[in-house]
Amino acid sequence: MQHGKYRFIVGFLIAPMALYVIFVVWPFIQSIYYSFTDWTGLSPDFEMVGFDNYTKMFKDDVFWKSLEHSVLLAILLPLVTLGLALFFAFMLNVGGRRRKGAVISGVRGSGFYKIAYFFPQVLSIAIVAILFQFAFDPAQGMINGSLKAFGFDHLPNWLGDPKLALWCIMAVLVWCTTGFFVVLFSAGMASIPKDFYEAALLDGASRFTTFFRITLPLLWDTVQSGWVYMGILALGAEGFAVVNIMSVGPGGPDYSTTVLPLYVYQAAFRDGQAGYATTIGVALLLVTLAFAAVVMKLGRRERLEY
Amino acid sequence: MKTTDTPPALREEARVPGQRSTGDGSAGTSRAKRGEGHVLNVFSHGVLVIWAILVILPLFWAVMSAFKSDKAIFNSPWALPDSLSFDAWGRAWNQAHMSEYFLNTVLVVGGSLIGTLVLGSMAAYVLARFDFPGNRFIYYLFVGGMSFPVMLALVPLFYVMDNMGLLNTIHGLILVYIAYSLPFTVFFLTSFFRTLPTSVAEAALIDGASHTRTFFQVMLPMARPGLISVGIFNFLGQWNQYMLPTVLNTDPDKRVLAQGLVELSTSQGYKGDYSGLFAGLVIAMLPVLAAYIVFQRQVVAGLTAGALK
Repeated sequence: MQHGKYRFIVGFLIAPMALYVIFVVWPFIQSIYYSFTDWTGLSPDFEMVGFDNYTKMFKDDVFWKSLEHSVLLAILLPLVTLGLALFFAFMLNVGGRRRKGAVISGVRGSGFYKIAYFFPQVLSIAIVAILFQFAFDPAQGMINGSLKAFGFDHLPNWLGDPKLALWCIMAVLVWCTTGFFVVLFSAGMASIPKDFYEAALLDGASRFTTFFRITLPLLWDTVQSGWVYMGILALGAEGFAVVNIMSVGPGGPDYSTTVLPLYVYQAAFRDGQAGYATTIGVALLLVTLAFAAVVMKLGRRERLEY
Repeated sequence: MKTTDTPPALREEARVPGQRSTGDGSAGTSRAKRGEGHVLNVFSHGVLVIWAILVILPLFWAVMSAFKSDKAIFNSPWALPDSLSFDAWGRAWNQAHMSEYFLNTVLVVGGSLIGTLVLGSMAAYVLARFDFPGNRFIYYLFVGGMSFPVMLALVPLFYVMDNMGLLNTIHGLILVYIAYSLPFTVFFLTSFFRTLPTSVAEAALIDGASHTRTFFQVMLPMARPGLISVGIFNFLGQWNQYMLPTVLNTDPDKRVLAQGLVELSTSQGYKGDYSGLFAGLVIAMLPVLAAYIVFQRQVVAGLTAGALK
């Protein structure tokens, strides 16, 4: 049985490991090294400059704006999305009319709602961003067109208004991620034994109380991993795609929508400052790790089993 | 957060304590209770319908606009198109190069998906089933990749690819997609292979099958449900990828759908062919929407299985 075991192990691991190390691990290590150089990315020559990039970053207004927006997204987006999703999932599973025998029940047609809500999740974030870029168009978009039909006069210039732009972008991310968590939480709620609810309702607890005393504590693990997932998504690829596509100009009017991954991209591929870009990338890494650590720490509860 | 607004129906119920049911529910239903259930039911449906409309309306608007003239899109955004005109679809497909972007995407995603599943399941099988020095280290090296910001690695990766001559090539993009899909794939499939019974594989080995043969002929077929889940997850992720091609694939001829559409939306903004743009959007949406409707259960299972772990 042990014959040729190591040859087999090496044979099976070598190709995936090679790809992973060359395209993921090695660039990742390199980027930390490059953050201490003045590399432009355009020429092969560069020198070590110590912490120059880091001091430059601390004095860079655009960096602070990007950081602020990224942190705002990482905190607010999970809060709104998961809050809405919990609310809808609870409505779907417990909000229904009492039918014969059952103390609690979901609304009729909950299957349809779940299918519809999940729709945006399968669409490309780029397609969603383009669609909403046109929907938000101040003169010809769907949103102002509808507002006009309802008799509103002072129509906002959504993405062109520095005060509104980031909120519009956040709304789009909420739009396309909520459905996923509705389905996820529904599955979690469906596996909570019915007698828990029955006992609580018989004791006179309101549905409001049962939500906070039974449903939420039992779903806590799922909520917490959803929180980390949403945060990483907001700080990473999705945040980049939405801002890059929807923003007016580079990073919105007056840098009102710029986020860290967008700034890394611009510094590296637009401004020819590859070294400095990796420095911002290191800051992004630290923010991501800090975010995950805080959520894990704050979210730690006694694990409930049933 | 929406959940903290106590809906009227819930507050009303809170004020009626001790309504003890006799056990069979409906038999002991009082008038008040029925009213309460009714109010709550109407409220739930109301809220749920509003969100459903918010989700469906933008998509509906895009599909309708693809059939309209540019003038009609702006003047009456919600009117149904006068006639079904497929002009815009033809323009998007031929002149706006959607057909080429579509083909590029199919090639890239097809290659990446097969590569991801084969290489990912090989690595996961070894990591799940064999004890050897460094096993845990390699596992955590893979799994660690799930949580770090990809943007950080993309800057040096661009130059690594440039040096290897892989920049702006389809096969280069495939290799990168596979590499970035491996963390989740290995993570998911490792725990999946651990749940499969060992006795079958041992029986095959005793019968004289090699490890390689055992893997391909016994273990892989048994792992099919896991492969389908992770395959759907990767298909959607790779089909919808935007950041990797934007950075690593700047040749106009090699664009994938997401890139092509962004390009189209910036250039059509100047040219004014909005119906063409909407047709392009709908063309790009159709395959995933069709897949979602047909394989609804599997898609949901595949995507949520990933997040639950």
